[in-house]
Amino acid sequence: MSWLKTPEGRLAVIAVAVFVLMAALNPDRFLSPQNLTSMAFQFPEFAILALAVAVAMLTGGIDLSVVGTANLAAVIAATIMATFAGDGAGIGIVVAASAVALVVGLVAGLFNGVLVATFGLPPILATLGTGLIYTGFALVITGGPAVLGLPPAAAWIGNSTILGIPTPLIVFALLAAGIGWLMMRTAFGLKTRMFGANPLAARYAAMDTGRVLLKVYALCGTLSAIAGLIVMSRANSAKADYGSSYLLLAVLIAVLGGVNPYGGYGRIIGVVLAVLSMQFLSSGLNLMGVTNFAREMIWGALLIAVMLINTLASRRTS
Amino acid sequence: MSTSTAPLVTLQGVTKRYAAITALDQVDLTIRAGEAVCLAGENGSGKSTLIKVLVGVEQPSEGRVLFDGVAQARITPTAATQAGVQVIFQDFSLFPNLSVWENIAMTAERATGTRLVHRARARARAREVLDRVGVALDLNARVETLPVAHKQLVAICRALASDARLIIMDEPTTALTEREVARLLDLIRRLKADGVAVLFVSHKLAEVLEVCEHVVVLRNGAKVAEGDASEFDAASLTRAMTGRDVAETPPAPLDAAAAPLLSVDHLGKNGVFNDVSFTLHVGEVLGVAGLLGSGRTSLAKALFGLAKPDQGRVMLDGVDVPLGDPIAASGRGIGYVPEDRLTEGLFLEQSIARNIAVGRFDDHASGGILNLRALWAEAADWLGRLSVKAPDPQAPVRSLSGGNQQRVVLARWMARQPRVLILNGPSVGVDVGSKAEIHGIIADLAARGLGVIVISDDLPELLGTCHRILVMKAGVITDEVEGGAGVSEEDLSHRLAS
Repeated sequence: MSWLKTPEGRLAVIAVAVFVLMAALNPDRFLSPQNLTSMAFQFPEFAILALAVAVAMLTGGIDLSVVGTANLAAVIAATIMATFAGDGAGIGIVVAASAVALVVGLVAGLFNGVLVATFGLPPILATLGTGLIYTGFALVITGGPAVLGLPPAAAWIGNSTILGIPTPLIVFALLAAGIGWLMMRTAFGLKTRMFGANPLAARYAAMDTGRVLLKVYALCGTLSAIAGLIVMSRANSAKADYGSSYLLLAVLIAVLGGVNPYGGYGRIIGVVLAVLSMQFLSSGLNLMGVTNFAREMIWGALLIAVMLINTLASRRTS
Repeated sequence: MSTSTAPLVTLQGVTKRYAAITALDQVDLTIRAGEAVCLAGENGSGKSTLIKVLVGVEQPSEGRVLFDGVAQARITPTAATQAGVQVIFQDFSLFPNLSVWENIAMTAERATGTRLVHRARARARAREVLDRVGVALDLNARVETLPVAHKQLVAICRALASDARLIIMDEPTTALTEREVARLLDLIRRLKADGVAVLFVSHKLAEVLEVCEHVVVLRNGAKVAEGDASEFDAASLTRAMTGRDVAETPPAPLDAAAAPLLSVDHLGKNGVFNDVSFTLHVGEVLGVAGLLGSGRTSLAKALFGLAKPDQGRVMLDGVDVPLGDPIAASGRGIGYVPEDRLTEGLFLEQSIARNIAVGRFDDHASGGILNLRALWAEAADWLGRLSVKAPDPQAPVRSLSGGNQQRVVLARWMARQPRVLILNGPSVGVDVGSKAEIHGIIADLAARGLGVIVISDDLPELLGTCHRILVMKAGVITDEVEGGAGVSEEDLSHRLAS
């Protein structure tokens, strides 16, 4: 049972426990097909943001601009779609605008990377600043209100199912698997984790640390743009301040998922399990009529509890 | 000072076990007022554990500790302080941003229980202690601006300000020049006359033997030798610490026709080092001797691109190496094993295998995808070749001993097939046995045609491994001597410190 001693093992237990508890507290509604489907549509957008934060955290940094990037990418894509969509389904313009959104995310991420890698700014402050800049750009583009009038094809990524499985869930699963593979099996992934473990030693080992950081933040930006497109699709609109509670949630999930905030350790499976725990908890509480305010308090308490358990466990083994 | 005749500190059969490991095994030790005791042992012999037991950080599993003849049921850091036990760690644990008087008096002032800082009283207390030990230090100087020897004085004064009766000094001489060591010994004599006891804890103790009454040697947690200081000399101490004689074998003579490999031409960095020129040949081991602050580490970092010189050039095989770019330097075949293994050299929580493979990721990747099997096989191969005693290559490198950790860093660079390897302090914090093996690896590297630069303040090490030794003082190469038996240790030491 040595897997139980890993943060991921404990998380698996927690995820199952929360699921069972919520099912027991709301026997009719929690396990209903409607609730399960609705959960599967809800979590992928913030889960993808959590993946982005987790990747930055592996380097010992953080990306606080994920929501700003997501909204900027979505607002630009939505503006293009609303401006150029004709009367049809608009598949062509949706694909083109989504491609632009990904490029926007990539560029926003690269800008973060330049600030962190080239100029050596502390990631937490650099991305706090750029997050506000990106949100500001989105506000300037929209003037404040949501961008409406999207073509019908824009609804596909956020609302359709493939073989009965919600498309956003499939997108998240593919991204999680892809990033897990990237971190375990590629030179980039191993360098990312080694850099996070000891940036100074990485430099003394002649690692191309600047390029590693640039790529990490570019990846965060691109992931954020994908999350932004899903939010846009589900809301059938884009706005500069959608998903403002998602930033805290994404950071929380990354830490909950066992990613070491000081860098060097973290597994994607942990992030996935943390996402599931949070969604089961929040959905179950929702069914019981707990208000959003209490829900956020419970999230915070959960975060502190898991960090305490992880800290105490590592103190005992060392 | 103490009127009681009981010894200041007595350990009786102290044993400390951590799970399966016995760190201290039935150790007896007595320290009397006004006495200096030498506690010698290699890294991992149990010295640190003994200090921790004495100051109450760790509780002994068996045995008793007596302060002033009174058995202590449970030693807490507070009880140890009240008994007058003070430790000066190797890094001194000072507050670099505070002044000399704040560092000296604050701990003692805080212990008085007053909540507000009484500046005048604190300054007076600091002044009094400085007068007592007879040293002149500027009370207002910020501690970070002081040279190492003065920082050590501040730490000693801080201990005295807290009414220390036993001062434990951990590795007190490693950063000091000969003259500074002599001054420290004078101070210790005055303290002893004043009734203060001193416990020197080190693996390099020959230099403090003359002020000590008593010597205790630990090996693998057990006391293996004990006696009057007059019965020991450097050789017998080493023998007791390691359990065998370690003789340095001089390096194999260098082929007179060896081709030049690395040439450094008028290299300089403003305010750090100046006009450094030398040529390293194929198969040559070149030493750089210099005290802390002589610019030796800055020079090594500049050669590897970690610092950018503002004049001169570095050429490998007659072709310029870009300056200030470690990736370019390592690409050309220059490797650097840093001085501080724990922060600069190793990824402590990462696996041994990854620590070796970290420089080889790109070479074992196609299209970015790693061939993990080849990567780990190569790491395992180097573990074997350098005989690293690692039961599991996937265990964190933190779990290895100092000597094995150093071999991991060496393996990392050797896996990259370098032409030139710069070793900064290759045997710092390594036990005597591993040290000889690391010297063997250096000789082997040179025999295979690498150029090796060894930077060290361990003069016997330089004399035993290097063909030539450059003497560096205040950023300038002032002298060049033959290694091997070409020059005596005393002569080299005199050239360094004069």
